Amino acid sequence: MSVSFIEKNKEKFEALKKVIDEKKSDKGPLMPILQQAQEIFGYLPIEVQNFIAEELDIPITDVYGVATFYSQFSLKPKGKYRIGVCLGTACYVKGAQQVLDELSKVLDIDVGSTTEDGTFTLEATRCLGACGLAPVIMINDDVYGRLEPDDIPEIIAKYK
Amino acid sequence: MQLYRSHVLVCGGTGCHSSGSDDVIRVFNEELEKHNLQDEVKVVRTGCFGLCEVGPIVIVYPEGAFYSRIKAEDVPEIVSEHLLKGRIVKRLLYHDAVHEDETAKSLDEMEFYKKQRRIALRHCGVIDPENIDEYIAFEGYKALGKVLTEMKPEEVIDTIKASGLRGRGGAGFPTGLKWEFTAKAEGDKKYVCCNADEGDPGAFMDRSILEGDPHSVLEAMTIAGYAVGADQGYIYVRAEYPIAVRRLSIAIEQAKEYGLLGENIFGTDFSFDIGIRLGAGAFVCGEETALMASIEGHRGEPRPRPPFPAQKGVFGKPTLLNNVETYANITKIILDGPEKFREIGTEKSKGTKVFALGGNINNTGLVEIPMGTTLREIVYEIGGGIPGGKKFKAAQTGGPSGGCIPAEHLDTPIDYDSLIEIGSMMGSGGLIVMDEDNCMVDIARFFLEFTVEESCGKCSPCRIGTKRMLEILNKITSGKGEEGDIEKLETLAKTISSSALCGLGQTAPNPVLSTLRYFRDEYEAHIRDKKCPAGVCQALLKYVIVEEKCKGCGLCAKSCPVNAISGERKSPFKIDEEVCIKCGACMSKCPFRAIEKK
Ligand SMILES: Cc1cc2nc3c(=O)[nH]c(=O)nc-3n(C[C@H](O)[C@H](O)[C@H](O)COP(=O)(O)O)c2cc1C
Ligand code: SF4
Ligand code: SF4
Ligand code: FES
Ligand code: FES
Repeated sequence: MSVSFIEKNKEKFEALKKVIDEKKSDKGPLMPILQQAQEIFGYLPIEVQNFIAEELDIPITDVYGVATFYSQFSLKPKGKYRIGVCLGTACYVKGAQQVLDELSKVLDIDVGSTTEDGTFTLEATRCLGACGLAPVIMINDDVYGRLEPDDIPEIIAKYK
Repeated sequence: MQLYRSHVLVCGGTGCHSSGSDDVIRVFNEELEKHNLQDEVKVVRTGCFGLCEVGPIVIVYPEGAFYSRIKAEDVPEIVSEHLLKGRIVKRLLYHDAVHEDETAKSLDEMEFYKKQRRIALRHCGVIDPENIDEYIAFEGYKALGKVLTEMKPEEVIDTIKASGLRGRGGAGFPTGLKWEFTAKAEGDKKYVCCNADEGDPGAFMDRSILEGDPHSVLEAMTIAGYAVGADQGYIYVRAEYPIAVRRLSIAIEQAKEYGLLGENIFGTDFSFDIGIRLGAGAFVCGEETALMASIEGHRGEPRPRPPFPAQKGVFGKPTLLNNVETYANITKIILDGPEKFREIGTEKSKGTKVFALGGNINNTGLVEIPMGTTLREIVYEIGGGIPGGKKFKAAQTGGPSGGCIPAEHLDTPIDYDSLIEIGSMMGSGGLIVMDEDNCMVDIARFFLEFTVEESCGKCSPCRIGTKRMLEILNKITSGKGEEGDIEKLETLAKTISSSALCGLGQTAPNPVLSTLRYFRDEYEAHIRDKKCPAGVCQALLKYVIVEEKCKGCGLCAKSCPVNAISGERKSPFKIDEEVCIKCGACMSKCPFRAIEKK
C-alpha cells in the first residue's frame, strides 16, 4: 500500500473509517460503504479498496470485484466537469449520437476518458428523465436540452 | 391547516427541474412576499404533470389555469396580473388549455389528458411529495389503516388477486399470486423489496412516481409486508435518481414520525421498516436475482431460478419483489375494492399502464392509459402526432427486451398479450415513437450495443453471442454487409434466446427479430444496395449538391473542413465523393437547401 497516499489523505480516511464503523453491522454493507467512499475520495483508488477490505475483514478480491462490476464506481479520478451525454432511446432517436461525436471532437477525447488537464470527463449516460428536452446533456448539475451539434463549442467554452 | 385562496402548483419533476422550475418557485415566493400575498397564496412543488415537453409547468387553482414553458422572468406578471388582479395571463397559457370562450379548460378536457386515466400517477402533480400531510389529505395511509385493523393477511392477498393486477416491471406476473407464494413460504424472516432500478434506457415512469408520490409506494410495501409476514423492506433505487432518493428518504422519516412506519404501526403489533439501497449503474440489477445479490453487497450477477425469490431471496430468505408502479396501484385497489379496478382494461390485463412517451412525437412526457387503448390513440390523440407532419414508422416498446411496432398495428389494443403477439412486449413502459427519418437497422444496433455493454458476462451465449450479433449489425450499418448476414443474425438470435441464463440475454435478440420481421427490406437495402433508406447510417450516405437548386454562392465550400467542394461562383458547385468525409457541415450552411444526403 502506498503510504504517501494515505498520509496525504489522512482526513479522508478518517471520514471513511467513521462511515465503515457506522455501517459495519448492517446487512450487506459493502455497496453503501463503497458509495460513500467514492463520495469522499471522488473515486476508488486501490488504497481505499484495501482499507475497506481490511476494515470489513473480507478479501480484497471481493471489494475489487464489486468496484469493477458497477459502472458508477470509478477506479480513476474524474475531471472537474463531468459531461454526461444521454444515450437513452428518446435522445438517441433525436440525434444524441451526433452530439456525443461533436463533444468527443471538440474535447479531443474518447467517451469514458478525461482531458489531460483534468478539466472534462466525457461519459455516456442513460435516460436522465428529461426526454421532453431530448437530446440532453448534463455538465455536473447543469442540464442542457434540445441540442444540436452546433451548440456544443459554445457550451464548452463556458467552462474553460 | 391554514386556508389559502389560491394554490400555485409548480412541477418539480426531473424534466421541469432541468428546464428551470427551481428558479420559477424561488421567484414566485419572492414576488408573493413583495405583494404581501404569502398568507393567501401557497406555492406547492409537485411531481410530474406528464406534459414534460412544455415544461416548466405551473397550474394556478382554483381557476385551473395551465401555464406552460414558464421562465423565472414570466413569474412577476403571473403574480401581479393573475394572483393580484384575477386576470389570467393568456399569453402564457398552454395552447390547448383554453376554451373558445377563453375560460380555462379543466385537465380532463385537454387532448393530452382526455383519454388518460390516472391511477398510479393519481397524486403526481397534485400533492407536495415532501409533505406527508398532503398525502394524508388525499386518503393517504387510509388503506394501511384499513388493512391493519380490519383485514386478515389472507383477505389482503385475495383482494389483490381479485383485482387482476399484474406486475408492471415487465413480465406481467399476477401480483396477488406472487404475494400468496411469499406468504406461504416457510421462513423465520421475510423481506419485501421494491424494484426501482428502472433499467430501460429511455424511460422514467418509476422515477416520476417516486418523485411525485413516494408515500404511496411506502404504504403499499407496508401493506405487502403485513400480507406476506415480513418486517423489513428494501427499495432498490438507481443512484442516478438523486431527487427520487431524497424524496423517499424524507417520506420514510415523516412516516416514522407519524407512527405509520416502524414499530407498532397504528398501535397494532405489526412492525415494518424500510431501507433504501442504491444501485450503481448496472442494468442487469433490474433482474430479480441480480437485484438481490446487489442488495447483499455482491456483484449483481443473476443466478438460475428456481429457487424463486418467494422461496429464497434476499439473504436466503423468502422475498417479495414488485415494481414501483405495481405498488402504486395497491392502495387504490384496497380502498375502492378490486371490482372497481377490474372494470378498467382488457380481459387479461386489468387497470392502467404508465408509459414514458418519447422520441419523435409532439407531446413528450408521461401518460397513463387504460389497458386496451390503441397505439393510434396514444400517438395521435394523447401524443399530438409527429412533429413536422412526418410519417409514423414504428413505436418501440419494452426497451432492449422489446420490439418495434409498425404502422400496420397502430390499431392493436395495447395489453400484455397483444404486444407479445405482435413481436414486442409491454416492458416497464418506455414508448419511443420513430418516424421516417429513423433507421430501423440502426435502432436494432443501438439496443444490441446497450445489451453488449450491460451483459454481466456470467454466461457465454449472452456475453459472446450478443457481441457477434452487434458485430454483424455494425458491419451492415457501415456498408460492409454481405449476403447471409441476415440468416446468421437469425440463427444467433435463436441460440441466444434459448440458452442464456437470465432475461437480459434471453430477450436481447428481440429488437433485431422484430425489426427483421417488419422492416426486412431496410436490412436488405443496407446489404444489397449499400443504401440507408432513412439517411441515418453515415457510411452509406452520399452528400450531393442538387444542380437545379444550387445558386453557386460557395458558402458550402468555405465550410468544408477537407476542401471536398469546388466550383465557380454563380454556377453549380460539386462535391468530390472521394475526398468527402461525410461530416455534414456543408448541408446546414447552404441557404438554398441544395445539399442532400442520399
Ligand atoms: C435484464 C432485466 C432487467 C429488468 N429490469 C427491471 C427494472 O428495471 N424494473 C423492474 O421493475 N423490473 C425489471 N425487471 C423485471 C424484474 O426481474 C421483476 O420481474 C420485476 O421487478 C417484478 O416486479 P413486478 O412483478 O411487480 O413486475 C428486469 C428483468 C430483467 C431480466
Ligand atoms: S444472460 Fe447475460 S446478463 Fe444474464 S446471466 Fe447470462 S451473461 Fe449475465
Ligand atoms: S459533408 Fe463535410 S466533407 Fe463532405 S462535402 Fe460537405 S462539408 Fe465537405
Ligand atoms: S432518453 Fe435522454 S433524457 Fe430520457
Ligand atoms: S417533469 Fe414537469 S411535467 Fe413532467
